[in-house]
Amino acid sequence: MAELQIKDLCVSIEGKQILNGVNLTVPQGEVHAIMGPNGTGKSTLAYTLMGHPAYTVTGGEARYKGKNLFDLNPAERSHLGIFLAFQYPVAIPGVTVANFLRTAVNAHRKAANPEDKGIPIPEFRKILKEKMEMLKMDQNFAGRYLNDGFSGGEKKRTEVLQMAMLKPEIAILDETDSGLDIDALKVVSEGVNMLRGSDLGVIVITHYQRLLNYIKPDVVHIMMDGKIVESGGPDLALHLEEHGYEWVREKYENGVSSL
Amino acid sequence: MTESPVIIRRSSAPQAQAPKEFNFKPDIIEDGSFYQMYRKQAWEYYQALKFPTVKDDAWRWTDISKLPVESFKLESDNHVVRIPDELMEPVADATHGGEILLDGEHRQVNLNPELESAGVVFTDLKDGLARYPQIAEKILGKVIDPKEEKFGALAAAMASSGVMLYVPKGVNVSTPLHSLLWMSGPYEASFSHLLVYLDEGSSATYVHESSSPVEDATPGFHSGIMEIFVGAGAHLRFVELQSFGENVWNFMHERVKVDNGGEVEWIFGALGSHLTKNFSELDLIGKGSTGKMSGFYFSQHKQHLDYDTQQNHLAPNTTSDLLFKGALLDESRSVWQGMIYVARNATKSDGYQANRNLVLSEGARADSIPGLEILTDDVRCTHGATVGKVDPEELFYLESRGLGSKDAERMIVEGFFEPIMQRIPFEGVRKRFQQAIEQKMNEVVNS
Ligand SMILES: Nc1ncnc2c1ncn2[C@@H]1O[C@H](COP(=O)(O)OP(=O)(O)OP(=O)(O)O)[C@@H](O)[C@H]1O
Ligand SMILES: [Mg+2]
Repeated sequence: MAELQIKDLCVSIEGKQILNGVNLTVPQGEVHAIMGPNGTGKSTLAYTLMGHPAYTVTGGEARYKGKNLFDLNPAERSHLGIFLAFQYPVAIPGVTVANFLRTAVNAHRKAANPEDKGIPIPEFRKILKEKMEMLKMDQNFAGRYLNDGFSGGEKKRTEVLQMAMLKPEIAILDETDSGLDIDALKVVSEGVNMLRGSDLGVIVITHYQRLLNYIKPDVVHIMMDGKIVESGGPDLALHLEEHGYEWVREKYENGVSSL
Repeated sequence: MTESPVIIRRSSAPQAQAPKEFNFKPDIIEDGSFYQMYRKQAWEYYQALKFPTVKDDAWRWTDISKLPVESFKLESDNHVVRIPDELMEPVADATHGGEILLDGEHRQVNLNPELESAGVVFTDLKDGLARYPQIAEKILGKVIDPKEEKFGALAAAMASSGVMLYVPKGVNVSTPLHSLLWMSGPYEASFSHLLVYLDEGSSATYVHESSSPVEDATPGFHSGIMEIFVGAGAHLRFVELQSFGENVWNFMHERVKVDNGGEVEWIFGALGSHLTKNFSELDLIGKGSTGKMSGFYFSQHKQHLDYDTQQNHLAPNTTSDLLFKGALLDESRSVWQGMIYVARNATKSDGYQANRNLVLSEGARADSIPGLEILTDDVRCTHGATVGKVDPEELFYLESRGLGSKDAERMIVEGFFEPIMQRIPFEGVRKRFQQAIEQKMNEVVNS
């Protein structure tokens, strides 16, 4: 089983240091939750792992299957099995969900085998239909323009649909629960759970313990000021729900000052 | 796509220099015929009119001072390059109802015998004028007055090739008609005149393409005039494709008049030419008439495409709807100047115009200038013009799903053009545009 190993990762954006030495190891088959106050760098970590050009890696590395992710462009990271469900998915007007997904699936097949001629359309349709049913999505979404005019919840569902189609090995879900109503949360979590297995590692970024009732994490991490400051089992999330972040901040800040 | 308001930049005033003079004249025959008189008159207008310069409003963005007028020769028989097969393929349906080839002196006309016996005329200009003078008189010079503009007058006086299409009352031409104008001589000057008349309650689909070899190095010149009349209750679907080589200076003057309750769907596809200046006008002269204009352009290298569109609402309850979309690469330029005019009596009219541009290279530039002139209340007019770039967030989103950066950009460009594709009811035309997108995006090395 491969594992994503993030070591001493430091990242800045527009000259501002956001991540200050993140250490995190996520093996395939495990679910890790990252929680933490607003603006602590959770999305920065997610975007950086995926290769967003606005973020500059100023130190450290992220390795998966013997490769440093930072040597690869976003498409190559995707081919390697990394997937990011965006906190704010982007609309692509004029490009249908189906057309986009078929192109993406074919890009993956081609990367795995340069001779590949692309997925036969009937087979693609069948798989897409299955995955949409699994996520209780109306079939007409396949013909709609990607995220264009989608509601918040529809966008999040479409992110998980993309994940289901691309079958990543390490999936980062950045607040995939936000904007979902209670029923949708259940459906989407069930969708993620169905994709769970020994070859899928997941990083779930969330603010709410509720999601973790559905997607049971193996490890819960707390991020603060661009660092993982606390890690523990699922009960750490319950503890946060009850007590907030104040105790973490106190402990962490004291810890820092005592250094 | 990020859209920003249109900023009209004025560069330092270019020299208002006019080109010199062509070294040919029309061979007008003094036979007193209607057509020869028309040509003679047009030639007089041509001589009286000055070459436009950037000081003229309509030519503000398009400088023709470098048009090498003296070097052009009239088109001859020495057409050296064969017409590529793919240009002959039907683009509007599986088959043609009629087909015309205009290849220098060589003309070839085919018309389905059933259409012919129904009274449909679809033939080359010379033949049409000789055999159907009564049709010519209905339309020639009636839609466009040659004195309106210099290149139009020139085309009117000089045109040796062209098409006459006439559809009699109530006749429906269900299979598309197709004509192809092909230029291929070095330094060739070619002139064309299209005459289209749809009589009351008739309908037709007509595709006209102007083309020349892609790789021609010497400059070429084309000037054309299109006069189109759509009778009461008639319905015309007209597709004009321009795929000249990037050596051709192309000047077009075209107008469609639509009578009571008539309807035109007018589709433009511009892929070629060195420079194009195109005046396209929709005259809604009859009550309840409608016109839909859809334009696709994609320029590259040093191409310059200038579209001047007019939607004239001249009767009550008329509807116009224009959407032009263009993408630009390298150091190419596009200009769109649009005007919706609503006359005093054109109450309860509805006019729409939008122009959207996607600038794909740093060195490319699009100018987009909408305009409204409304002389009555009780109308609805909307317009919009945008010039934007590919949004890097969109690119990253697609790349993060495994698309290479070129494929991601192409997909965004395809998506940008999708609203135009939606307006084109012909698979073959859409395919031509899609191929053009693919081919031009593949050529992009930098980005
Ligand atoms: N493009 C940018 N330009 C400047 N600052 C940025 C940019 N993107 C992020 N930041 C800053 O980086 C910090 C971390 O942001 P990030 O989005 O990673 O936080 P987060 O932990 O995901 O927060 P939330 O829980 O609200 O989603 C914030 O202070 C944010 O303002
Ligand atoms: Mg975030």
